[in-house]
Amino acid sequence: MLKDVIFAGFGGQGVMVAGQILAKAAMEKGYYSTWLPSYGPEQRGGTANCTVMISDEPIASPLTHAPTYCVIFNNPSFQKFEPMAREGGVFIYNTSMITEKPTRDDVTYIGIAATELAEGMGSVKATNMILLGALTYFLQDVVSLDDIIAAMREKLGKKKPELADLNEQALRKGFELASEQAKK
Amino acid sequence: MGEKVFMKGNEALGEAAVRSGCRLFFGYPITPASELAEYMAYRLPQVGGVFIQAESEVAASNMIYGAGAAGKYAMTASSSPGVSLMQEAISYMAGAEVPAVIINLIRGGPGLGDIQPAQSDYFQAVKGGGHGDYRNLVYAPSTLQEAVDLMPMLFQNAFKYRMLAMMVVDGLVGQMMEAVEFKYDIDPDSIPVPDWALSGKKMHGGKKNVNTSLELDPNKLAEHNFKLFEKYQKVYENERMFEAFELEEPDIDVMIVAYGTAARIIKTAVKNLRAKGYKVGLFRPITLWPFPDKELKEYAEKTEHILTVEMSMGQLIEDVKLSIFDPNKKYHLMPYPGGIVPTPKEVEDKVIEILKGGAK
Repeated sequence: MLKDVIFAGFGGQGVMVAGQILAKAAMEKGYYSTWLPSYGPEQRGGTANCTVMISDEPIASPLTHAPTYCVIFNNPSFQKFEPMAREGGVFIYNTSMITEKPTRDDVTYIGIAATELAEGMGSVKATNMILLGALTYFLQDVVSLDDIIAAMREKLGKKKPELADLNEQALRKGFELASEQAKK
Repeated sequence: MGEKVFMKGNEALGEAAVRSGCRLFFGYPITPASELAEYMAYRLPQVGGVFIQAESEVAASNMIYGAGAAGKYAMTASSSPGVSLMQEAISYMAGAEVPAVIINLIRGGPGLGDIQPAQSDYFQAVKGGGHGDYRNLVYAPSTLQEAVDLMPMLFQNAFKYRMLAMMVVDGLVGQMMEAVEFKYDIDPDSIPVPDWALSGKKMHGGKKNVNTSLELDPNKLAEHNFKLFEKYQKVYENERMFEAFELEEPDIDVMIVAYGTAARIIKTAVKNLRAKGYKVGLFRPITLWPFPDKELKEYAEKTEHILTVEMSMGQLIEDVKLSIFDPNKKYHLMPYPGGIVPTPKEVEDKVIEILKGGAK
């Protein structure tokens, strides 16, 4: 079993931390996991991405050239990763920020207006947690929503405990929306 | 202790050094090694250690020279262009027999190159780099956990043999986050002060110690060189490390030789090829110097084809050929320069191509 996930968006959207929470939650469940950031010569406001690998055996390569799961926060990342997404994979994207339209018929698209929803909940900062919650729906054979919530609380709860409840709410919302769309 | 934590590679390398008993770090930031210095700046003051951001890599390497001469565990870390600047001190330390630990998180070169993972400093690490006849202990772990497990040995062997111990990993290991377990925590006060250390005459019964690489008398310098190489011979006999992965059968179709991140990736290729019925294995040097030449030669008896996969243009393969020293074998090379990382698929295709007789 090997799950390969790409999180991609603008720097500052919480792309990196969303990936870290997933990788940590998988580790806590006893799986092998790796988190690898893009660390190229980036510019402020430019794109950032990270790759998370989860497996039940040691992970040989922390890189993927065809991610099965994509969590996409902005247009440039949509353009970059849509052609790379693995056939039969899941492509979750933030429709609040992305004007691009899906072009493939061999990938499951989950479009969520995550930024608007997060704003409505009290903070745009929870955008990443809505999208991570949506991803969790598709990774339940590895990590449950409760596992992700626990990892989020450990990672973010210490610094800003007041945000942890909002983040939990956001994770639950994303999970719920993904399950509704997936059942259609 | 013993609990698994999820950490960034550079930070785990720093923590491993602290737990090995190192309390002195001198460094200068460079991608992809900067977080190691950053972590030490945060961590060392907590344990009564000293972190100094030097004005350059030249200065940082001379600071570990000074600290090592005083008999203390000291470390610096950098990436390729920074390690090039350290070659002067590395040569001086070899001459003066001063121990220290240097970590090189190799990036693509030559020159400033890029900041992506590479292995193109192999020659620099194992064949010299600085001037004069000398050797460094060179360790090349292939995972973060292995790097952490090896760290105490780097310091201990550096001091045991009075020579520089270098760890070469690529930028990927430094930047990646992974679960890691620390199985040791060594009290620096338990580390004895060596009798050659510049730690004050009083500690050595009034004996004056001198640690220098300068010796103007050619006869004495020649004698010193012979003495150094007697020591290196002992290191060669005692310290060779390697892993043989899926090389048990008497006959192997293709033996792959690789180290570091490349070897980690190739393990997947080996598993996939095995599932298809190919008898393929991996020989992975863990020490690049001393190179496990005898062991490699023994395993090479099992096969006709030896495929070297390296993130450089053909540096490791020179030691592979020298070790096996058999013109009747077929040597194949997959070079990945410039910061490109191999994929298991590419290696699988190459092995199949070799066995179909299409590859030279």
